[in-house]
Amino acid sequence: MLQRVYDWVDDRLDITPMWRDIADHEVPEHVNPAHHFSAFVYCFGGLTFFITVIQILSGMFLTMYYVPDIVNAYESVRYLQGEVAFGVIVRGMHHWGASLVIVMMFLHTLRVFFTGSYKKPRELNWVVGVLIFFVMLGLGFTGYLLPWDMKAYFATVVGLEIAESVPVVGELTKTLLAGDPEIIGAQTLTRFFAIHVFFLPGALLGLLAAHFIMIRKQGISGPL
Amino acid sequence: MSEKKHNVSRRQFLTYTLTGVGGFMAAGVILPMARFAVDPVLKAGAESDMYAVAEVADLTEEPQRFDFSYEQVDAWYQSEVTETAWIYREGDNIVALSPTCTHLGCTVNWDANEDYPDQFFCPCHFGRFEKDGTNIAGTPPTEPLHKYVTEVRDGTVYLGTAEPQI
Repeated sequence: MLQRVYDWVDDRLDITPMWRDIADHEVPEHVNPAHHFSAFVYCFGGLTFFITVIQILSGMFLTMYYVPDIVNAYESVRYLQGEVAFGVIVRGMHHWGASLVIVMMFLHTLRVFFTGSYKKPRELNWVVGVLIFFVMLGLGFTGYLLPWDMKAYFATVVGLEIAESVPVVGELTKTLLAGDPEIIGAQTLTRFFAIHVFFLPGALLGLLAAHFIMIRKQGISGPL
Repeated sequence: MSEKKHNVSRRQFLTYTLTGVGGFMAAGVILPMARFAVDPVLKAGAESDMYAVAEVADLTEEPQRFDFSYEQVDAWYQSEVTETAWIYREGDNIVALSPTCTHLGCTVNWDANEDYPDQFFCPCHFGRFEKDGTNIAGTPPTEPLHKYVTEVRDGTVYLGTAEPQI
């Protein structure tokens, strides 16, 4: 049945070359842990992406309960964590995944560095990777405020204070992030929510696409 | 009309007009959103009032903690917020210091650490300040604690905004 549906679509749209091009390619021996166990270091990039997918999915589901409003944010987080079935697990996935994604990304960066994979012709992909790193840090920073508890609030006070200490553009940056020159409050939370849920994920998906297109185009770097 | 007299070719003309129109349309889409996003930077700051905080008779040479509340308008959210000032008297002079650490915005306390008596101490990164708010060299803060604008009316101390001392 499924085969017939596939054939019907394939007959009209010729989709086989599309997914073949994405999914059907050889894994070189030197990056395949089945051949050399030490090749597991080549998995960190894929693991980073895997956790990123988990972050996106768990985040999507968290917004079913979460409200970015200073009166209700904390209560909504407490409710979704305490009262909703599996709430503690879904929030836990997002919470622990956030740290894990940084760890995986760091290990991936080390692998790329020590195998010299950033060298010509892959310099641009390194640059895109660093941009992804900054976007991830931004996601971590903006997501931290959303539960609107004391820890979140004062971490953001400190974070915005750091932004403000930048010469020349510091105060402007702080006001743009916080939504108010003085108060860290209602507008800060909505802005951080918007940045966390729409702006940075949008940027992240674009950068990831560029990252993956480049690695497919150039192939994985050779053995040491 | 001979083709030779045209300095702009048909193709160039089309390129210019289409980029022009396209640019105009893109600007029409982006401009409202950009102005929308930067509004907090361009909004005029609220005027600050003076609030009654303490009685002059209660002040001592030792900084004392005084809390005061006022109505704060945070966009669509109005609430009563409480702020703290450390106030002391120095002869006829009244000094009111803000408890916000000038390092990264944590809250300092007077005489809070046993090792550093008679100093303001910040628990976050161990920033310290003298009684008059001067930051102590070798600790993270880079400027003195901010000082409230003070005014005395009928034996009551009124505080305005906290301003940098330097």
